[in-house]
Amino acid sequence: MLEIKNLQARVEEKQILNGINLIVKPGEVHAIMGPNGSGKSTLASVLAGREEYEVTGGEVLFKGQDLLEMSPEDRARKGLFLAFQYPVEIPGVTNANFLKTALNEIRKANGLPSLDSKEFLQLMKEKMKLVEMDKAMTQRSVNEGFSGGEKKRNEVFQMAMLEPALAVLDETDSGLDIDALRIVANGVNALRNKERSFVVITHYQRLLDYIVPDYVHVLYKGRIVKSGTKELALELEEKGYDWIKEENGVHI
Amino acid sequence: MNTAYQHTGTENFVRAFAEFSKENGRILPELNTIAIGRLEDIGFPTTRHEEWKYTNVSPILNTAFSHPGPQFRLKKEDIQSWMLAGKDAILLVFENGYLNTDLSSLDGLPEKVIIASLSAQRSNAIVKQHLAKYAPMKQESFVVLNTAFVSDGAFIYLPANIQIEKPVHVLYVNDSEFHPTVIYPRNLIVADKNASVKVAVSYHSIGSTNAGFTNAVTEVVAGQNAQVELIKIQNENESAFHISHTEAILSKDSVFNISTITLGGKIVRNNLHIVLSETNSVAHLYGLYITDGNQLVDNHTLVDHMSPNCESNELYKGVLGGKSSGVFNGKVFVRQDAQKTNAYQSNKNILLSDEATMNTKPQLEIFADDVKCSHGATTGQMDAEALFYLRSRGIGEQEAKAFLNIAFAADVIKNISIEALRDRLMPLIENKLKQSIQS
Amino acid sequence: MSEDQKIITEVTESDYKWGFISDIESDQAPKGLNEEVIRFISLKKKEPSWLLEWRLKAYRHWLTMEEPTWPNVHYPKIDFNDIIYYSAPKAKPVLNSLDELDPEIKATFDKLGISLEEQKRLSGVAVDAVIDSVSVKTTFREALGELGIIFCSFSEAVQEHPELVKQYIGSVVPSTDNYYAALNSAVFSDGSFCYIPKGVRCPMELSTYFRINSAGTGQFERTLIVAEEGAYVSYLEGCTAPMRDENQLHAAVVEIYAHQDAQVKYSTVQNWYPGDKEGKGGIYNFVTKRGLCYGKHSKISWTQVETGSAITWKYPSVILKGDHSIGEFYSVAVTNNFQQADTGTKMIHLGKNTRSTIISKGISGGKSQNSYRGLVRISRKADQARNFSQCDSLLLGDKCGAHTFPYLEVNNKTAIVEHEATTSKVGEDQIFYCNQRGISTEDAVGLIVNGYCKEVFNQLPMEFAVEAQKLLAISLEGSVG
Repeated sequence: MLEIKNLQARVEEKQILNGINLIVKPGEVHAIMGPNGSGKSTLASVLAGREEYEVTGGEVLFKGQDLLEMSPEDRARKGLFLAFQYPVEIPGVTNANFLKTALNEIRKANGLPSLDSKEFLQLMKEKMKLVEMDKAMTQRSVNEGFSGGEKKRNEVFQMAMLEPALAVLDETDSGLDIDALRIVANGVNALRNKERSFVVITHYQRLLDYIVPDYVHVLYKGRIVKSGTKELALELEEKGYDWIKEENGVHI
Repeated sequence: MNTAYQHTGTENFVRAFAEFSKENGRILPELNTIAIGRLEDIGFPTTRHEEWKYTNVSPILNTAFSHPGPQFRLKKEDIQSWMLAGKDAILLVFENGYLNTDLSSLDGLPEKVIIASLSAQRSNAIVKQHLAKYAPMKQESFVVLNTAFVSDGAFIYLPANIQIEKPVHVLYVNDSEFHPTVIYPRNLIVADKNASVKVAVSYHSIGSTNAGFTNAVTEVVAGQNAQVELIKIQNENESAFHISHTEAILSKDSVFNISTITLGGKIVRNNLHIVLSETNSVAHLYGLYITDGNQLVDNHTLVDHMSPNCESNELYKGVLGGKSSGVFNGKVFVRQDAQKTNAYQSNKNILLSDEATMNTKPQLEIFADDVKCSHGATTGQMDAEALFYLRSRGIGEQEAKAFLNIAFAADVIKNISIEALRDRLMPLIENKLKQSIQS
Repeated sequence: MSEDQKIITEVTESDYKWGFISDIESDQAPKGLNEEVIRFISLKKKEPSWLLEWRLKAYRHWLTMEEPTWPNVHYPKIDFNDIIYYSAPKAKPVLNSLDELDPEIKATFDKLGISLEEQKRLSGVAVDAVIDSVSVKTTFREALGELGIIFCSFSEAVQEHPELVKQYIGSVVPSTDNYYAALNSAVFSDGSFCYIPKGVRCPMELSTYFRINSAGTGQFERTLIVAEEGAYVSYLEGCTAPMRDENQLHAAVVEIYAHQDAQVKYSTVQNWYPGDKEGKGGIYNFVTKRGLCYGKHSKISWTQVETGSAITWKYPSVILKGDHSIGEFYSVAVTNNFQQADTGTKMIHLGKNTRSTIISKGISGGKSQNSYRGLVRISRKADQARNFSQCDSLLLGDKCGAHTFPYLEVNNKTAIVEHEATTSKVGEDQIFYCNQRGISTEDAVGLIVNGYCKEVFNQLPMEFAVEAQKLLAISLEGSVG
């Protein structure tokens, strides 16, 4: 599904990713943890194709194709979805209109016919239940005036609508209270299947209580310095990140 | 020497006045004469005039315009595409400044409501009471010019306690197909206590090579607890000159909503003065301008808070392409007595091309202490974050840009309460945005 | 009378605490302005002929100019022939130590609380004290000299470094720039000169205190700061003036020239006599301050706290010529009684990737008028230029006025220009909250206003920030409506 080889990237003058290697197979859930500033969100941004991030080395294959060559929209059309850490507000564009356009673009790119309004509304209705979303929200402008929790729920709702092959969740748990966290996690779990893969980026272990990962990786100074199973997350929760830092301080 | 005014072109108008003053049935013959005298005294503003710093009116003053009287050639089918408020609207059509009754339709007017041409109503006591009593004559050359030549326009009167839901559409056509033509539209809207009305005034033109000139003045009087909505649409061709002044006086508890939409014209200046003269009055000002080519669109607004507990809310947005330039000058006055004033103002602009220019001057002048006033202005490119967000959901770059531009404009249009008008405006706006992006 | 009103009245009527007159004999030029007076000044100062010519050229141009009327300030017309253009302390002492300083001058400094000894001993600030236009004493000259830094009075610079003065004078503010700059160029009496050589970081804050002293003396300071490639300097200007009945004119010029990678930080605390509570007297402060970010990555930042003067007319500006250069303007302007302030900045973006920040806080009380006037211009070639402006006004009574006149001229589509402004009063709920926690209304207002100005005070060097806060307290002490 996703193959990252020795990926290096920088933003402005600052080198942030220093050679990341990661293989994600269909149906797998990988958690990426790490202290602040380790490069977690940069990785998400590079995968989604944000222009300010300059790839300085390495390659990324997505479904066997060179991901880094693609425009952001082509990545999305191929099935890559990023749940943003800070979803932007777009005044004047309703959620429904926005999603219908996005969905039909993706369907078109994959040789599927466009959904008409009726089919689309039906689909929305179905998926809204997944994240316990209020119908009124679809007629509001994208993310405008949404609370932090509503924005994150809206991200998961969009994911449900667009049915990506690979979803990258960038700190989707940040700023959520426990109820909102459960709703978001349930939404994600409902979308898990044998084909769909997830990369869950988080600072805290608590999200992983709800979304149980197959693998956990620790990112530090732009490299994956430790990989393991979900027990690694528990160990991090217990000991914090300092021992990782020390361990790596000695090694480097 | 006062270099803020010039006398270029004044003599053209004085000469034209000699002809005009022979016309029978003028609405304000005495005031016409006073006004032309005043114009001879003050002349026209230069770019050394602070309020005209970015707008050079010389191209207007250097053009010799013809001033045809009431001669009509328009047919019903000619105006179909301009019926912006829908087929059901109450319609007044003015051709070259004079009412064309064949094209107008005044069906279904409630009793006592007057919707007619000013010339037909010139003896009406309400017209005599209000006409030309509000728009400032002292230094506003173009109000003075309009007053000198005022020939006709719409008179809309709602007596107390009458609300009409049907929109009123006042449609002006400047026919400059054969000569550059000047017209002087003059509108008076009076809503008495508890009355309510929605009025769209749109300006169109025929002929694309000659530079016609539309010099309009609209006065609005909102009585106690009255509600008036006014939508001004400027959609003349891109060689047209258009200078308008709108003056609104708000009484206690009244609400005035105005949207100023500018799509066409080579030089367009919209002056808007709103006087919140009594307590609890509320004004909403919306503006949208989309430009391309060499257009210059200048919006000057002044909201004068004279009384306590009033509110004004202003949102102006612009999208500028080609070599066009935009001006937004928004002044908010809060007088010493106007405690508990809330005044908000926002001006947002997108520059689409390397050669477009935007000059913004939001001004607050506050003389009362218990007030909440703020203004914000931004000029730049489209929101890069939003663009990326759309693209990351699979929407192509060009489409995403169009999407955001339309949303940017729709943010203004959504405040218009006449659905039929919104529905007809959006395609015009989308079309103009396309031109603007390409130019 | 309510408690709040009482407090307003107290503040509004609080006397100027630093008004006093030093009795030092002066050596004055005859009243009035003509070419003879200019020749007199130039001769007195033993200036080279090119400088006299420069002055005369400025004077002749000034004669053709009209006094500006566009600022939002009102005052009786100034009679430029009723001003003494030159006044020096009679016997300029050549001092070997501070002990030799004229006891009267020393006492003056003591009253101001900025005794040179104190300054020298405690804070390590080099002070170039200017009383009535002539530098009396410069300290720390030698220590700075070892680094190649020149910090001296303008007159000394003309004698000792004429090539530098000739190269840079008028390079940022031409002698014909505006009415008051032209006047200053013709008759400037003295001022400060500062030169930081390539790669040198000035190790201490450089500081000048100006005072207008003799009755009816116009003061025409001229300051020139040049920072060579990679140099850094922080410069402080502080002003106090004694109480006078007649209005006094102050028309200074400050020029800053920053080469590649150089940084200049210029801080002002101005508390000249604002006039009495009837609006009588006070200083007319018509100043031209401008910096040129000539080189790439250069940076000029203006910080000002303006509490004094009857009329302030001042727009410290930055021309951002070098690519990646940065301009900043942080301002607190307080007006009370009948004071009028029309102040702000201009940020002219010419180079690519240039950035500017404007933070302006206006506070008006009494019957004063406080205006912000600013210009942000993004020229056609200034790709990726950024500006952010925040202009806030706080009103402390119902007889004062706050005005904002920002001009935003954007000629480049890649620019991002953002302007925000708010006008408000100190919230009753805020005061109540403080009261409920045991803080008096007076202290609460001080607290809130200080908090309101914090973004600007944070830009000031430590010792200046303390002085600024004290000044604010004097100007406002607990006034709110």
